[in-house]
Amino acid sequence: MGVGIQVEHLNAWFGKTQALRDINIQIAGNHATAVIGPSGCGKSTFVRCLNRMHETIPDARATGRVRIGELDVYNGTSAVAIRRRIGMVFQKPNPFPTMSIFGNVAAGLRLNGFRNRKRTAEIVERSLRYSALWEEVKDIMHKKSGASLSGGQQQRLCIARALAVEPEVLLMDEPCSALDPISTGKIEELIFQLKEQFTIVIVTHNMQQASRVAEFTGFFLLGNLIEFDKTEKIFTTPSDKRTEDYITGRFG
Amino acid sequence: MRSRFHQGLDELRNRLLRMGGLAEQAVDRACQAYKDRDLARCHQVLEGETQINIAEREIDEFAFDLLAMQQPMAVDLRFILAVTKINSDLERVGDQAVNIAERVMDMVDLPAVDLPVDIPRMAAAAAAMVRRALESFIEGKAELAHAVLEMDNVVDRMRDEAFIALVKAMNQNPSSTRQALDVLLVARNLERVADHATNIAEDVIFWVRGADVRHNAEPEAATQQPSVPQPTTETH
Repeated sequence: MGVGIQVEHLNAWFGKTQALRDINIQIAGNHATAVIGPSGCGKSTFVRCLNRMHETIPDARATGRVRIGELDVYNGTSAVAIRRRIGMVFQKPNPFPTMSIFGNVAAGLRLNGFRNRKRTAEIVERSLRYSALWEEVKDIMHKKSGASLSGGQQQRLCIARALAVEPEVLLMDEPCSALDPISTGKIEELIFQLKEQFTIVIVTHNMQQASRVAEFTGFFLLGNLIEFDKTEKIFTTPSDKRTEDYITGRFG
Repeated sequence: MRSRFHQGLDELRNRLLRMGGLAEQAVDRACQAYKDRDLARCHQVLEGETQINIAEREIDEFAFDLLAMQQPMAVDLRFILAVTKINSDLERVGDQAVNIAERVMDMVDLPAVDLPVDIPRMAAAAAAMVRRALESFIEGKAELAHAVLEMDNVVDRMRDEAFIALVKAMNQNPSSTRQALDVLLVARNLERVADHATNIAEDVIFWVRGADVRHNAEPEAATQQPSVPQPTTETH
């Protein structure tokens, strides 16, 4: 099941440049939360701080407190253990090109030393069903490479790969920006269903997408969290003029 | 900046203001026709209705296109929703003017009788409400719209007083019943004009503050609503 995420006084830097400023936010478990804002506002940095991907960049650092359920992300937990509990899907689908579809989904399990073949097959099937890809690939998943799929299918494959290690949180960084409307629709439908099992945080430039899939939305600007509220409120009667100006296209 | 979209909003606003002008003119003409028992003015009102109906359809179509093509958010979404509702109310204001003109046409064929009702005063109050509601729309100011809501009770009271006075007049002088009924209907039409002005004011408040104040509902906790971005073009 998805767990809540509590962020307190989160600051992040790239070298001397501060990318996030004192972010405080509580993300509800088993809900989808959208993060919106203009390019360079810190929204991707924010989600990358949640699973400590941010610190993989040279000179990048973060301070503050992030709790994923009972797990204290920045205090005494290994980054590997954290990323096992927090799956991530990126803007561009990135299946392992030399692996089969099955191998792609099983990759995380194998990396974690999981060797039970029957159980692995069960988890792969369940993950592909979760990502609504099972019916399309069940007959070809051992023969075909992940790279042979269409863009939309590749993205759902990446979602299946992320889900296979049974995370509690799924971070999605503009997961549909490279997809056509039909594939986008499938991913959005998927997000809607996955909320029952996982907590989802989605970064998106597409405000209609945020309003379609997320119950909560946070608006970032210049590294600050300007407003965080129910999505309906953000897109109909935002409290802050900067939010209003952004979502009505008056800047950004 | 989504300049094409914002130009579209300006255009929508200007079209609604022109529609408001037509509706105001229809009420003024109908009331003048009542005062002067002027059939020519009655015909002007009837002919003007076609123009109002066409304008209503064009505004709805324009708003529909903006919604479909631009997917507006927040204040822009509220603005377009408010415009479509105000548009509908203005068309009905035009209908009420037609109803008044038709009553006047009926009355002109009957002997004039002196009835104890000040319809011109009531007409002035209802027309003022429409004018101020449209001013609140032009200015984008919720406080102006609130002032319109407070005026509605005055017109309601005038309608109630007219009803009592006209029933009494009909009892005292049954031969004037038809004229009294015509005047009663005119009073009713004017009260409806005031109701539409109230609706328009409520829609302005919804646009500006995001608060639904219809049916005496308490507005939700006031949002720290920024000043409404004003269209950039001059109004007509």
